[in-house]
Amino acid sequence: MTDLRPRAAAARTPLAEPGPGDRVCWVPPAVLRPQRTRWQRTWPLLVGLAITVGLVVLSLNVGAFDLGAEGGAEMFWITRVPRTVALVLAGAALALCGLIMQLMTQNRFVEPSTTGTTEWAGLGLLTTMVLVPGAGIVVRMVGAVLFAFVGTTVFFLFLRRVRLSSSLIVPIVGIMLGAVVGAASTLLALQTDMLQQLGAWFAGSFTSVVRGRYELLFLVLAVTVAVFLIADRFTVAGLGKDIATNVGLDYQAVVFTGVAMVSVATGVITVVIGALPFLGLVVPNLVSMVRGDDLRTNLPWVVMAGVWTVIVCDVLGRTLIAPFEIPISLILALVGAAVFLTLLLRQARHG
Amino acid sequence: MAERTPSPAGVARLPVDGAPAQRRTGPFRTARDRRRYRLVVAALAVVGLASTAGILLWGNEAEPGSRAFWLIAQMRVGSLAVIALVALCHAFATVSFHTATGNRIITPSIMGFEALYIAVQTTVVFLLGAAGVSAATGVGPFLGQALLMVAAATALYSWLLSRPYGNVHLMLLVGVVLGGGLGALSGFLQRLLDPNAFDVLSARLFGNISNARTEYVLVAAPIVLAACLALWLRGRRMDVIALGRDVAVNAGLGHRRELMVTLLLVSVLMAVTTALVGPMTFLGFLVATLAYSLVETSSHRRLLPVAALAGYAVLALAYFVLRHVFYAGGAVTVVIELVGGIVFLVVVMRKGRL
Amino acid sequence: MIELRGVTKRHSDEVCIGPVDLTIPAGGITALVGPNGAGKSTVLTMVGRLQDADEGRIEVAGRDVTRTPSREIAKTLSILRQENHFITRLTVRQLVAFGRYPHTRGRLTLEDERYVSEAIDFLNLGPYETRYLDQLSGGQRQRAYVAMVLAQDTEYVLLDEPLNNLDMQHSVQMMRQLRRAADELGRTVVIVMHDINFAAHYADHIVAMGDGRVVETGSPAHIMRPDVLERIFKTPVDVVDGPQGPLAVYY
Repeated sequence: MTDLRPRAAAARTPLAEPGPGDRVCWVPPAVLRPQRTRWQRTWPLLVGLAITVGLVVLSLNVGAFDLGAEGGAEMFWITRVPRTVALVLAGAALALCGLIMQLMTQNRFVEPSTTGTTEWAGLGLLTTMVLVPGAGIVVRMVGAVLFAFVGTTVFFLFLRRVRLSSSLIVPIVGIMLGAVVGAASTLLALQTDMLQQLGAWFAGSFTSVVRGRYELLFLVLAVTVAVFLIADRFTVAGLGKDIATNVGLDYQAVVFTGVAMVSVATGVITVVIGALPFLGLVVPNLVSMVRGDDLRTNLPWVVMAGVWTVIVCDVLGRTLIAPFEIPISLILALVGAAVFLTLLLRQARHG
Repeated sequence: MAERTPSPAGVARLPVDGAPAQRRTGPFRTARDRRRYRLVVAALAVVGLASTAGILLWGNEAEPGSRAFWLIAQMRVGSLAVIALVALCHAFATVSFHTATGNRIITPSIMGFEALYIAVQTTVVFLLGAAGVSAATGVGPFLGQALLMVAAATALYSWLLSRPYGNVHLMLLVGVVLGGGLGALSGFLQRLLDPNAFDVLSARLFGNISNARTEYVLVAAPIVLAACLALWLRGRRMDVIALGRDVAVNAGLGHRRELMVTLLLVSVLMAVTTALVGPMTFLGFLVATLAYSLVETSSHRRLLPVAALAGYAVLALAYFVLRHVFYAGGAVTVVIELVGGIVFLVVVMRKGRL
Repeated sequence: MIELRGVTKRHSDEVCIGPVDLTIPAGGITALVGPNGAGKSTVLTMVGRLQDADEGRIEVAGRDVTRTPSREIAKTLSILRQENHFITRLTVRQLVAFGRYPHTRGRLTLEDERYVSEAIDFLNLGPYETRYLDQLSGGQRQRAYVAMVLAQDTEYVLLDEPLNNLDMQHSVQMMRQLRRAADELGRTVVIVMHDINFAAHYADHIVAMGDGRVVETGSPAHIMRPDVLERIFKTPVDVVDGPQGPLAVYY
């Protein structure tokens, strides 16, 4: 076993040495990882799981309401449990969404908020509110998911049609697409006097997550499970239509599935919680920085790291200026922007 | 499209039919392109002048020539001056930015200028409250804010471009991400505002030509004119810069230095216009795209004035129609943003390379 | 004369060029050959000051390329890289006229127009001079770029893989025209190229690089020997006598 160690270490550094042309490709897992015993593979996951449980318990115990007081148990079930469940679901799903999109585009800087998907979901939500006044949460969600799907498709069409001189152009165009859609949302909100509400939606927050208002989030659990089942196909699709077809993969179907999964997760999370910027960008990148680009064994870590990030940011938001709350989207945007910049400069230095 | 391959080397070159007696290099390919250029300039001038006349005269009830008539007209001249300045800023800034970055689909406003502007405005309203906002108006704060934005841009550009591995794309993306971070900060502060203060803030944020403070015009005009003149004088250099870094260095230009100077002038223009009427993301993109498709020339000295003229015509026409015909002056910028955004979508989806 | 002394360039921890010591004589055609990743293009772009060297000195006609004002260098040396994509739409003549920029700063005199016309005619582009570049075939476009650097009227002309994307006919045409540029116009032409047989036929000097260093320099006759070629390309190469000189054969 010992003689394999250096190879394992070498396999962990691809991010530091991106190949020519900026586009960092995922190396097929089998090439990289030497066989390890079952226990060697399992114990880090157990540690990760323990951290996750610890953070969940922490989240359950943080809040303005004293659980020991009268009605504490009831409050626990009405607010704390739903909030924590929502954190776990949203963190896991969005981190995986980012990973899927990065696999499919072979671009490290792509995730729902750098492709316009989030803004499209917001526009969908707003449009539904205007067209169907008093619409229930399910109707709004359908609107958001549909618009998110349209937006993500637009982005993928753009990628297919345009030859790019630099991988950095991709998020720039994505963010500009988001700006166009955001301008449309603003116009709509301005005309219908919903500007401040629009701002509130976009500032994602778990404050309003209580029993009866978050159950739709379990939809994203389905997305999460699905990613685990078919993640490898996204890697192959990311190598391009020709290679995918060559190995017998229905390229269109895989891309459609990927876009649909991202749209469902983004749409649902936008309606229930709001925008959680950069989460899908930061988490997968940090995981592969630490562990290397081995998709199969990274998946559980991406999920756990997504959950950790969201819970830590949410707990910070709840405690920093208690009894008030800082929306998690602000903390995520600041932390995310910082990590994003670090990644950018890091890649620039090595690429 | 691909012509038949020319005669192989060694065979004497055939005389060219219709080749001009004296071969000269001009900004236009053919005399037709030159005529078209003049026609476009004339047409845009007519639209601009007609809209100007419309804005001055439409619904001016007083008897033409009387003192009251001129008073009303004078009040409207302020709006026209703002329109002219905004058009100049966005047109010159965007065309120059496109050339400097070698990319014709991005707009300088995405570089976090708006985000910085919104963050400053939000912070002022947040700290001073709705009542204290009046303290933040006047020429001093106007200049201060413009200066702050130029300083921020300078710091960013020089830091990023001076790194050994610095490149334009990296600089753009860093600007965009920084803008996102600032946007989050503003969004958070806005949530803490009471609805009154929020109304005041959104009135200030959403660029409004009829809302622009005309006392700024006298301060802004010389700055804008000087920056535009400087850019125009650099037109020939920009013609070379447009061919990319390698060609520019081969031609003996200090590419990084040229880029820095251009971007600084761009940031001056963007700062002034944002402080004047608030953020407008797609106006510059709209008029630059219009100019590229209306006239067939690669000469910046010819392109820049067309873009500015197009900007003035578009803005003045929109203002006239929306304010004086439909009585919806506040929607001018929003409508232009939407049109510009749609044009952006169309351009992005066209096949090509970036 | 182009002189490189102790020139190094570090791309990343693994990829490192140099130290390169090299003298390229004035006059004639010098071909830079070698396997992929040998550092040919890097050396060329450093000489053309498109990239800075990390260490060492590069002198062209006795002047240090990094210290001398870029505008002055542009009157002695011109460089053309393989990838050229512009955001503006230019005619052939407009493009070639940019070659005069170092001399005129964009203000063309009648004399400049004469240089431009000559460069266009030299590359047989006269019939196409009012065409837009995107209306030309790949070979014609490549010639237009070369015409631009010829119009610059510099003693030294550096070309990075000018035969890339050209078919057999156009490669031959291009090399003949470059040969004429060296012979009739007295330019010193330095070309990065892949095909050793092309290099041997058209070049006066060959500089062979490998792993970031100069492996061998000399006349085509000196380079075109099985042992030398095998050392350069790291694969067995036979040399046979062709009708027009030695030919490298490798399978």
